[in-house]
Amino acid sequence: MSTVVAARPLPENRISPVFRFAMLLPGGLVTFFLILFALGLLVFLAFRGNDGSLLGVGLTVENFVTVATDPLYWTVTLRSLVIAGLVTLATVVTAYPVAYYLAFHAGRRRNLLLFLVTLPFWTSYLLRVFAWKIVLAYNGVLNSAFIETGLWKEPTLAFLNTPAAVVVTLAHAYAPFAILPIYVALDTIPKSLLEAASDLGARPFTSFRRIVLPNSMPGVLAAALVVFVPTVGDYVTPAMVGGPASTMIGTLIQSQFGKANDWPFGAALSVCVMLVILCVVLVARGADRRFGSRT
Amino acid sequence: MSARADINAGGGWLGLYVLAYLVFLYLPVLLIPLFSFNNSIQAAFPLQGFTLDWYRTLQGNPALSGALVNSLVIGVVAASGATLCGITVSYMDLYGRSPLAATISAIARLPILIPGVIVGISLLILVNLIGLGPSRISIVLGHILVALPTTVVVMRSRFAAIPKTIREAALDLGASDWTTFRRVMLPLSAPAVLSAFMLSFLISFDEFIVVFFLAGTEPTLPLYIWSQLRFPRSLPTVMALGTVILTVSFIIAGTAEILRHRGLGAARRNPA
Repeated sequence: MSTVVAARPLPENRISPVFRFAMLLPGGLVTFFLILFALGLLVFLAFRGNDGSLLGVGLTVENFVTVATDPLYWTVTLRSLVIAGLVTLATVVTAYPVAYYLAFHAGRRRNLLLFLVTLPFWTSYLLRVFAWKIVLAYNGVLNSAFIETGLWKEPTLAFLNTPAAVVVTLAHAYAPFAILPIYVALDTIPKSLLEAASDLGARPFTSFRRIVLPNSMPGVLAAALVVFVPTVGDYVTPAMVGGPASTMIGTLIQSQFGKANDWPFGAALSVCVMLVILCVVLVARGADRRFGSRT
Repeated sequence: MSARADINAGGGWLGLYVLAYLVFLYLPVLLIPLFSFNNSIQAAFPLQGFTLDWYRTLQGNPALSGALVNSLVIGVVAASGATLCGITVSYMDLYGRSPLAATISAIARLPILIPGVIVGISLLILVNLIGLGPSRISIVLGHILVALPTTVVVMRSRFAAIPKTIREAALDLGASDWTTFRRVMLPLSAPAVLSAFMLSFLISFDEFIVVFFLAGTEPTLPLYIWSQLRFPRSLPTVMALGTVILTVSFIIAGTAEILRHRGLGAARRNPA
């Protein structure tokens, strides 16, 4: 009996082809067809002219020339980058102390706190944005609360329909995204490093600056990325609380597939957004390497 | 010992900060239930009086119940698809030992790096090309895509937490790949499967950005809410509906979270 077992090849090497095919099929279909093929179509459409048909006509770079030469798109792209950058900065900076507390101080409450922090992530994004609309509205919660407490005599319009409202709303909506990656990075720092620093006479702030912060940078960069990507393309929040002065690139893309009805141009705008995101990812990768990624 | 004391210094202030952060996180959302019971069209202070009228307006609304049924059906189908893909993709990524499986797993997590608006329009082009057009099937495809990174991450970490020796023992004792997968690995990760299903259902149920492009004539619940937001008179009704949705979301997400960690005790001691 034992010789038969010993003669059998190692378990890993005998995956049957049928099993392999069946297991790879669903994921393969979704990833290659729904993701890669669909994105390929988008890129293809970006190089076509608009004649009202589904896939356009000809082969042209005119769409990209328009994007590059029309100052409108530069303004909106720049605004999207600034808003997304501010949102990313705000979420990461405010999330860091929470992640720090979770990693080093939470003790027995850690799991409960982790749960509370991630719970809003699973609630409706639309409702979270809507909540800010009623908070910031002219006759809304904030204005009426200030009047009730006697701080202001009359409502002010300064909240709703400003880019600042977009930044606050997005920062709130994507706050849960930032905490987890930073927490994971902080939690995996070997405690012996901190003890060594302390034993060698480093003060708490020094050991934070020289050990904790650099070691948590991969988590910070990951957090920045998962906040930046969905924010830069957002069109719901600008429409709900932003007003005309905070049109973002996602709004323009959406209107090309709606009112403006110029799909090839919308596709070209999308390709540009993806290129911008690619640049940001590469910069983040480079920074990650500088800090010596442990992931 | 001194390191521990140093680290704990300032914990009190940080604790206060975390508390304030949680208030910031929850307060705006909790205003929705608060004003859904308020006897006024305006969501403003002072509160006028307690009423359940807005909840009564939810009943006997065919457009609303149609959207609800739509969202439920799409959510269940999309969550089944996303969970199936999550299970197979992460299992093959960990045990398939092929570059193709690793590539599929990497691409499956790619949608995190694509803004929702771009996922929506590229799928819109695709479904128009293959003749489906904006429809419920298109929404299901879109939601499988949006939920896929989550199910892959949940299932992958669960499979990775099962000691390697268990699978090897099953294979050594003569179980086929199918049997090992179906009778050993899948039952051991059953709580995570359920958790992945519930989370992807929630993602689909609440999803707005992608569904906006893919919906045909039959809207989902978020689209119905979006259409109601234009009318100031219907805002209290939206808040009552929002309260129901938030409550259900909290319950499902809470259960999913508990399931995800259940039974991990034994596996944790010997992580793969």
